[in-house]
Amino acid sequence: MVEERAQRVSRGPAREEILGRVRAALADVSPEDRATPAPTPPPGAHLEGDALLERFVERVEDYKATVRRCAPEDLAATVAEALAPLGEGARAVVPSGLDLAVPGAVSDDALTSYDLDGIEAVVTAARVGIAETGTIVLDHGPDQGRRAISLVPDLHVCIVRTDQVVADVPDAVAGLDPTRAMTWISGPSATSDIELDRVEGVHGPRTLHVVLVG
Amino acid sequence: MSATFVGMPPFPTAARQALADTQLRHNLAHATGTIRAKRAKVVGEVEHWEDLRLAGAAVKARALADLETNLVRLEESLTAQGATVHWARDAAEACEVVARVARSHDVDEVVKVKSMATQEIELNEALQAQGIAAWETDLAELIVQLGDDLPSHILVPAIHRNRAEIREIFRSKMSAAGKPAPDDLTDEPAVLAGAARQHLREKFLRAKVAVSGANFAVAETGTLVVVESEGNGRMCLTLPEVLISVVGIEKVVPTFAELDPLLRLLPRSSTGERMNPYTSMWTGVTPGDGPQEVHVVLVDNGRTRALADEVGRQALRCIRCSACLNVCPVYERTGGHAYGSVYPGPIGAILNPLMRGQGDPQVDSLPYASSLCGACFEVCPVRIDIPEVLVHLRSKVVDAHREDRVPKAEAVAMKGTAWAFTDARRLAAGERLSGLAGRVLTRVGKARLPGGRATAGRLPGPGAAWTGARDLPAPPRESFRAWWRRTDGGRAEGPEQSEQKGGE
Repeated sequence: MVEERAQRVSRGPAREEILGRVRAALADVSPEDRATPAPTPPPGAHLEGDALLERFVERVEDYKATVRRCAPEDLAATVAEALAPLGEGARAVVPSGLDLAVPGAVSDDALTSYDLDGIEAVVTAARVGIAETGTIVLDHGPDQGRRAISLVPDLHVCIVRTDQVVADVPDAVAGLDPTRAMTWISGPSATSDIELDRVEGVHGPRTLHVVLVG
Repeated sequence: MSATFVGMPPFPTAARQALADTQLRHNLAHATGTIRAKRAKVVGEVEHWEDLRLAGAAVKARALADLETNLVRLEESLTAQGATVHWARDAAEACEVVARVARSHDVDEVVKVKSMATQEIELNEALQAQGIAAWETDLAELIVQLGDDLPSHILVPAIHRNRAEIREIFRSKMSAAGKPAPDDLTDEPAVLAGAARQHLREKFLRAKVAVSGANFAVAETGTLVVVESEGNGRMCLTLPEVLISVVGIEKVVPTFAELDPLLRLLPRSSTGERMNPYTSMWTGVTPGDGPQEVHVVLVDNGRTRALADEVGRQALRCIRCSACLNVCPVYERTGGHAYGSVYPGPIGAILNPLMRGQGDPQVDSLPYASSLCGACFEVCPVRIDIPEVLVHLRSKVVDAHREDRVPKAEAVAMKGTAWAFTDARRLAAGERLSGLAGRVLTRVGKARLPGGRATAGRLPGPGAAWTGARDLPAPPRESFRAWWRRTDGGRAEGPEQSEQKGGE
């Protein structure tokens, strides 16, 4: 393993030359300037309680996502309601760690990209919700599944617990584990590439349903 | 199907051609106006925006001040997480690394996430030369690629195209690249986006190798970050078996926590959203999830040259939001192609000269492509003082041309002025001459400035370059020194004064 790693680092002439150029370019920078500590950014939005959850709902809906609120005991029914427009026989990928009865559930049993492309929906949990920006962060734990399953199907039902919602970006960054793969989702996929007019629905799921539970 | 910026004329020539294109000017005015309003609205929502800018600038400045440490740390973190790190001194070396990895997997195509670094190194052309097709998957990049066109904006490379033009490109060009556009294609943006979804889906599903850039690379953890909207980025970063990320060495951020100010600044400055639809973060190889072979190519290609410039190095803080393009009065009128680079607008006017040095007439013309109004600095989320760097680069261009065999008209004029101004008699003679010119012009000239002062109209010879875009007021008929002599410093008013209006 150690050998394999050593081999991965290509300590070739390019590396040494680039680092040498960097050193020469910064010859005028004093050691104190080099060791500047990280700045303290200003605080984000301050929100608590109902205001926090209301802001989250308002901001998620602003991206043209649908938000449903429910009590924990109504979760299965609310998720089923979100999937209902797909009709009878529609299937939904459900990650192994999500303990929920979902109609048409398909477990992610080494599904290929082509398999996923043939499945209408996906239901996942989330890691954190950010109220100020209306963002949901997945860190792809067992109740969220690997990245591809929440990407290829066209409808994503994402379950966020009320105790997972934080006020703003700094609160979210502070609580995340950087070694995990992460996807920050703010509404359905969108583009502004044509005349800078925002259009929802390009390559990612074109429909995003958020279920806020608790 | 690959256009390049090679052989572009200097900015004034290219700008003149662009200004004559009324469709282009209409498209740009509409698009930049829209995005300016959106940005202003979401930036206005943030209570501490100015402090946030300071924090963003500080993060990037700190990363650059200790770049060697940060790069070595990034390499260690990436390697520990199972990624392979490559270093590339220039564009050719970077392209070769990508081609080598692609060839080792026997592929004849790769899918691409929109990336400025790969545009800069002209990766698509290099891969094409080796028989590998590089498919752009961002909608705007797709429009540019299918149309055999050049990007004209950092964020929205097809900003110069309107919906009708895009529909035509899709109808005529999609079939040669894969799934054709549907027969009933309209010019509704939603319908056009739908056509792109269908066209690219088969490419995403079958791709073995993807190429991306990165918005940020965290030294502490080895985390790479891609900020996007459409989901094409997620497709490329997730579905293929092999991922190659081409990352400029200035993209490094010291710690994961320091992503905070940047992730608050970038979407609001860039697309005018509180947050962009999708941000992907990955740290090397994630077992069982996404590409299991991950390469990162750290590219210099002129960045260390920019870093060596004490005034100019702040340009490396740029997070490619393109807010400076959208507010620039010059960019809004000329569009991006006139800048002759994948980096257009105010940031391009400093980045290109900083990364490529002086000597090329096209690059040398860029620091002058500005009225120095300062709007770019005001919107820059990482506080790059673009006007300061522009003025600094103008001085470098002048310095670089001091030894030219044929001196520039400006240099000759400055030399002549110095010669006249250093001797009282020469100056007096000059003043008499200009006074005479003033008398003649006031009498024969028809053009008047507001307030009634005569103007010189069009100057002959090299002076025409000055008067082509400016009014040159007719010189006063009497110089200050002559007036002082005649009136004893104003104590004895003479008749000459009454005839003169608005002089001195």
